[in-house]
Amino acid sequence: MAEATLRARPLPARMDRPSPLAFALWAAALALVVSSLMGAEVSVQKLVDGLPRLASIFERMFPPDLVRLEPLLWRLLETFQMALAGTFIGTLLSLPLAVLATARHSPHPVVYYLARGLISLFRTVPDLIWALLFVIAVGLGPFAGTLALVVDTIGFSAKFFAEAMEEADEGPQEALRALGARPLGVVACAVIPDALPSMINTTLFALEKAVRSSVVLGLVGAGGIGIELKVAMDMFQYDQAATIIILVFLLVLAVERVSSWARTRVLLGHQP
Amino acid sequence: MATEASHTDAPLATAAAGAPDLRVRGLAKAYGRAVILDGVDLEVSRGEAVALLGANGAGKSTLLRCCLKLVGFEAGTVDLLDQPVHALEGGGLRRVRAQVGFVFQRHNLVRRLSVLDNVLHGVQARAFGPTTWFQALAPAAWREEALACLDQVGLAHLARRRADQLSGGQSQRVAIARALMQRPRVVFADEPVASLDPQAAAEVMNLFGALMRRAGRTFVFTTHNLDHALAHADRVVGLKGGRIELDAPVAAIDHGRLHTLYAEASRRG
Repeated sequence: MAEATLRARPLPARMDRPSPLAFALWAAALALVVSSLMGAEVSVQKLVDGLPRLASIFERMFPPDLVRLEPLLWRLLETFQMALAGTFIGTLLSLPLAVLATARHSPHPVVYYLARGLISLFRTVPDLIWALLFVIAVGLGPFAGTLALVVDTIGFSAKFFAEAMEEADEGPQEALRALGARPLGVVACAVIPDALPSMINTTLFALEKAVRSSVVLGLVGAGGIGIELKVAMDMFQYDQAATIIILVFLLVLAVERVSSWARTRVLLGHQP
Repeated sequence: MATEASHTDAPLATAAAGAPDLRVRGLAKAYGRAVILDGVDLEVSRGEAVALLGANGAGKSTLLRCCLKLVGFEAGTVDLLDQPVHALEGGGLRRVRAQVGFVFQRHNLVRRLSVLDNVLHGVQARAFGPTTWFQALAPAAWREEALACLDQVGLAHLARRRADQLSGGQSQRVAIARALMQRPRVVFADEPVASLDPQAAAEVMNLFGALMRRAGRTFVFTTHNLDHALAHADRVVGLKGGRIELDAPVAAIDHGRLHTLYAEASRRG
């Protein structure tokens, strides 16, 4: 009898029928993608035509020219130092800004919206634009690039720090409030320790991002190895450009590996 | 040993004459349309131990939270240690809270910090700044006091262990030590042993009750366990539907009335 009931019962629909509004939104999204592909002049023919030229450049890149390896290594070190300094200062500044940008811990709604607005500004303006501005302000060199990375790190880290703080366990916070702790004490003792793994994770991602960015910042004279790459490309010294690209690749790879190792230890809750 | 202490070996606390430590008048609290507390009146004398009983949703936890203004309330007054909690904000409210220990059902320890760090947080009731945040920065006197509080709950040997590596019973003892670190005059406990197995619950409750009685502290705790209420309280207050249905000394308690507090909830279940 149960079998008969089971057969008589209609099967549930495989998919929900979209509402007219949902259908219209999907259609609009598809139209936007198609118009973007046309606006960006995406052309397979052009790509195929360009392949021989690309092959020619690769041919001239190898073997890489190691004549200037030593000065390039110093530039690479400078690039890494810019990234590390920018991430360090940016992370320190992100911490108080993130607290102000949390709905729970900000002292006032106006402060909250100001902090959120500042973080959005830092995030939305690309690091290359910040680098151009700082080159004008403090002159050519790694300091301008470091300042650009500081701003970029704040835009990235403060947002994720704030989100991690918002998601921190409410229980210990209530316990501290109940015993008469001040708001700053609650943040320092309950919120930050709980959000710490996520914050360390974000900081490691910020460092990886800063290393990649610091290479590009040299293109506008903001220090690092980027300027060497630009000069090599402008002078058609593709073999020297290849050396620089390989060095950058090794640096980014090394930072990502170390960062990944550190992240795993943090997420697994490793203790000394 | 501290864990073996029971209320029977401690001198009985007697209610001192004079103003009560806690006086609640006409307390009303609702979450949306759900009325949680509906005109609650309650007085707790100095040194008295009171057990709050009632089914889930009766308003026990909310009553305790309202007493420290951890949640706001729509009507009524709360006077705690001669301070009008209902009228206090900011620093004034913090000063009252500093004198009241609160032990939560879920222990509410900071899981990634050490046991000693968690107990030291209790010092924030009377001090402020980075020295109160991390045990590494704390003065030696506070560290010694925190260790003494841990000793009272029998856990001094676990001072450096991380809180998330403790058993449920150990966690709750650390939470009690944190409350002791406040040097509280009053202690509230919201179902302090509800998350523990029966044996651990009995051990922790015996220890907790004994510590409160020895120090003559005013002690208000919520529980579903009638045995705990009868063993560790001087008085039992029963809540039902946000109102006080029963308020009697333990010696004069009517067990039939106690069970009616849960009767409707049992039928619903």
